[in-house]
Amino acid sequence: MIKEFINYISDPIRSFPIMAILFFLQMKFYRTFGTKKFYALLMLIGIPLVFLAATDPNFLLILTWPDNVPISLLILSLGFFTWLSFHKAAVNDARIEAGEPPVEGTPEMREKVWCWPNLVYTELFMMIAATVFLIAWAIIFKAPLEEPANPTWAPNPAKAPWYFLGLQEMLVYFDPWMAGVVLPGIIVVGLLAIPYLDTNPKGNGYYTIKERPMAISLFLFGFLVLWIFLIIIGVFMRGPNWTFYGPFEFWDFHKVQAAFNINLSEFFWVKGLNMPMPRSIFLREIVGIVLTFAYLSLPGFLFSKMKRGKEMLERIGNIRYYFLVFLVLSMGTLPIKMVLRWLFSLKYIIAMPEFEFNL
Amino acid sequence: MNTLAIKGGKVMSEETKTNINRREFFSYLTVGWVAFTAAVAGLLGLTFRFTFPNVNFEPEMDFLAGNPADYEEGVDERWKVKYGVWIIKLEGRLAALSNICTHLGCIPNWLAGERKFKCPCHGSGFYQNGINFEGPAPRPLERFKITMTPEGTIKVDKTKIYRYEKGQWDNPESYLEV
Repeated sequence: MIKEFINYISDPIRSFPIMAILFFLQMKFYRTFGTKKFYALLMLIGIPLVFLAATDPNFLLILTWPDNVPISLLILSLGFFTWLSFHKAAVNDARIEAGEPPVEGTPEMREKVWCWPNLVYTELFMMIAATVFLIAWAIIFKAPLEEPANPTWAPNPAKAPWYFLGLQEMLVYFDPWMAGVVLPGIIVVGLLAIPYLDTNPKGNGYYTIKERPMAISLFLFGFLVLWIFLIIIGVFMRGPNWTFYGPFEFWDFHKVQAAFNINLSEFFWVKGLNMPMPRSIFLREIVGIVLTFAYLSLPGFLFSKMKRGKEMLERIGNIRYYFLVFLVLSMGTLPIKMVLRWLFSLKYIIAMPEFEFNL
Repeated sequence: MNTLAIKGGKVMSEETKTNINRREFFSYLTVGWVAFTAAVAGLLGLTFRFTFPNVNFEPEMDFLAGNPADYEEGVDERWKVKYGVWIIKLEGRLAALSNICTHLGCIPNWLAGERKFKCPCHGSGFYQNGINFEGPAPRPLERFKITMTPEGTIKVDKTKIYRYEKGQWDNPESYLEV
């Protein structure tokens, strides 16, 4: 019963909004989230739950799959370090409100130490420990070798390395040109551009959330919800034929999933206006083209007329402002396309397979 | 600089070696840059040569696929592993369907129970005639040129591709009437 419920809500259609809401709650109540008590409670409840869940044979199979073991460890450490940064930010924000300097700014923390031996010793020990860990691991878990590559056959499911599974999940909703080239390019350029876009000197050298809530929320939403969460979905919950399987569901090769998709142009001309698709490609896709231009131009313009947007535009200038708006809008395309796919089975907003151009 | 620079048949003194004049400096610079450019060009040439392998294990681009009578109505998988082609027989027409997904080039599987091709990478689905209907694939599977030899066997030529969205499936070379 409970297992079926968990299977039901972990489908990305339901778990993605849940994760987004949890993320915003976490940002809003970061002071509660950042207490040691909260983390202890989370671990006290979470760890027994995972062991309890592992009594299920299907879940145990996914969890102990040699490829997946390090990913579980990474998720645990990611959870810890996310909490740690929130904890430090919560402590600092309380201090700043009380008129004290942040912990990193106190005289005892500003004291300098020698690189040798203090840092190099630690590094040496960590190096040895990591090597021992890797050797032990290589002995215990065998590398999952598969058969020789064959250009006319693909494993099922065919999964990318774990760090690309967020990208592979993205590709379900996009044309390969968009999700494989354009969006990763924007991500890399956008991350490189952060130091040039961000003129806020607050938070340099110390943890804080209160002094820069927008920057931290935007980044962490993209990282935790749109990247890490999609990796988790891709690693643990995508089975044969890239169909979704709940954590307690058997990977049945013949699970049927209705995934009939149609393009916006077909919605508009055939279903909406009840007429055949126009011959001209551009006329056929005119709705999608207009919507895309509106999406790229209107939000930035409208926000600049609002009070907060006006302040921001004045503070950081035109180029920075519109570049930032463009980056945020590009990030927004992923949740938008996911929701449209789930709600309306929409495939592409602009579909021009004749030119290999699909949005 | 331990090597002795020799100029005009005379061994130069230690002093002139350490203070090279302007003209010599530029000639060294030129030699250096020419050598560097030549080395880079040579490396690039080798890299370019490397992209053309000496031995090519790719399957043949055309093959004989037996008699039309060998095929039942529906999808035939016998050439999939060797040549990457499904022979489909629908409504009295034979066609050679590519087994490369039009989304990102994975190899879909034929699910006989569901009567569809399903890609294992991102879940694109195609009807048995190759038309895409689910998942992210933007266009139908491609078809290859299929002709009849004078002996009555089917010949599939993978170098010639017919795409549905360009209206090429009506081309008489993209199917065989049987």
